[in-house]
Amino acid sequence: MCGIAGLIHRGKSSNVGSELQLMLQALKHRGPDSTGYALYAENDGKNFIMRFKVGENVGEGSTSVNEDASVYDERKKLVDQMLKELGANIVKDEKLTPYSYRYEMQFDKDLMEFSKKIESINGVEILSIGKSLELIKDLGDAAAVSERYGLGDVRGTHAIGHARMATESGVDIKSAHPFWGYPFSDVSVVHNGQLTNYWNNRRVLENKGMRFMSECDSELIAVYLAEKMRNGATLEEGMKDSLTGLDGVFTYFVATKDSLGMAKDTMAAKPLVLYESDDLVAMGSEEIAIRSILPQEIDTYDPFDGEVKVWQI
Amino acid sequence: MANLKTSEKKTKAQSMGLHTEVLTGKTQQKFFNPDEAENFYYWGTYDVDFNKRTDLDVKDLDCKEANRKIDDLMSQGYGTIVIKNPQGKHSLGVGILNKLNLIFEGSLGYFGVGSIDGPTVRINGRVGWSCAENMMAGKVVIEKNAGSCFGAAIRGGDLICKGSVGARTGIDQKGGTIIIGGDAGAFTGFMMQRGRIVILGDVGINLGDSMYDGTIYVGGKIGSFGSDAVESPMTKSDIDWLKRKLKVAEIGENFDISKMTKVVAGKKLWNYDALEPTEKKGAI
Repeated sequence: MCGIAGLIHRGKSSNVGSELQLMLQALKHRGPDSTGYALYAENDGKNFIMRFKVGENVGEGSTSVNEDASVYDERKKLVDQMLKELGANIVKDEKLTPYSYRYEMQFDKDLMEFSKKIESINGVEILSIGKSLELIKDLGDAAAVSERYGLGDVRGTHAIGHARMATESGVDIKSAHPFWGYPFSDVSVVHNGQLTNYWNNRRVLENKGMRFMSECDSELIAVYLAEKMRNGATLEEGMKDSLTGLDGVFTYFVATKDSLGMAKDTMAAKPLVLYESDDLVAMGSEEIAIRSILPQEIDTYDPFDGEVKVWQI
Repeated sequence: MANLKTSEKKTKAQSMGLHTEVLTGKTQQKFFNPDEAENFYYWGTYDVDFNKRTDLDVKDLDCKEANRKIDDLMSQGYGTIVIKNPQGKHSLGVGILNKLNLIFEGSLGYFGVGSIDGPTVRINGRVGWSCAENMMAGKVVIEKNAGSCFGAAIRGGDLICKGSVGARTGIDQKGGTIIIGGDAGAFTGFMMQRGRIVILGDVGINLGDSMYDGTIYVGGKIGSFGSDAVESPMTKSDIDWLKRKLKVAEIGENFDISKMTKVVAGKKLWNYDALEPTEKKGAI
């Protein structure tokens, strides 16, 4: 099933960390396996923020393997060494859990080449790179993940998130949403639905040099859009193409540093409720997600089939 | 000896593209079999007084607690219940099987007022997916918008949304009337079997896809017709019925009915397996 939620504060920052937590917690019944946040935070915009993992939080039914924590430390050392070789200057590093890290770094070269090198280290996956994006995902509900990563005080302009009911792949971080729009900085995607032409698309995109880190069908959306953008399409153009390029049922959100979009498949098989006002846009799989931050009476609506909408922040 | 009254009704109904089987809801049974009314008993029904009115704040109740509370109030004879702070909760007001004035001051989530048989419901907000699913009788009025699968499989009553609705409105509809003041999404009337849908605004693609029977009236633009859905000429009966119904529904009373499009089943999909292979191609 899965639940997705998103919000935009127009022209100002707000406590998007705690707001998105409330929205995703209200959707917990749609997906209690893992929760993910893509928060576009109030950073100074000078340095890249890289969030990466060096191991898995292995859930029941996962194909991932439990490893000794000492392996994680070894991998982290290899990442540090690789960053040095690539010319990245680490400004700040934080160990968030035994298997995940947040680095602030200065880097001014090609992100695709950079990412390929870092991820060539066995067991290492970059969750996101961006100057605004803070992408956090782990097993557990929204409150548990927020507490584990200290998201309650994160302020920013917009955010998208996901409560996952694992169906197409295992219960682990690599299959959790949001997915980073590799190799673009600050691009993230969350999806509710199932894609039926995943393998056909994946084979084509891999031949074009795009990278997949999981077997989760939803990752295809991030890679599909990234490939479109790499070839010069705007985000909205890529999203409109996805209505025919992707087969299956879907409602998805994609966010960048300065925009947030939604797309709904031509069968309108997956739900979405929207609320728009002059200073706030809120969206979610169910109205209760929006009500969790706006308890007063408001006007909401369902976008129609095949609808694509992009808001500029 | 033939029952002339029934035959007349049957002919008139069939000319409008409707079935005439006896419906199975409590209200319908009473209507068609008044002498046997005392034999019909629904567990959980109450004699209520419409003048006996109360408020119920469900802000801190889950849906099960709220529905039990509504049931308690009906058992105490309350005939008008105003629900405060529904706040998009799912499955509120379901399974009410007797006459009742139920007013929601706010919006409902999924499956609101499902499987009801008799109450008059007014919702001063929006409703989520599958509102009034399996409704047997009564009247439901929604002041704002509605989600997808609005009125799925309803068998009777009037279901009215003054705003716009999502996809698959009236899917598998088996009777009753659905009236939409705004636009409707894709696959409206998908596999509908009986009853009527009225949309004053535009409607999305695949209207009436695979419909077996029933009638759809559209006031605005039609995205596309679904398999086996065809346009049919409006009759005087259609126009009279629409005028009356839109007035009763408190919606579109002054709407220009003459510009509406009537859509019915082409019925080529009926007994599909019995068709010749060449006929099957034309049916889809």
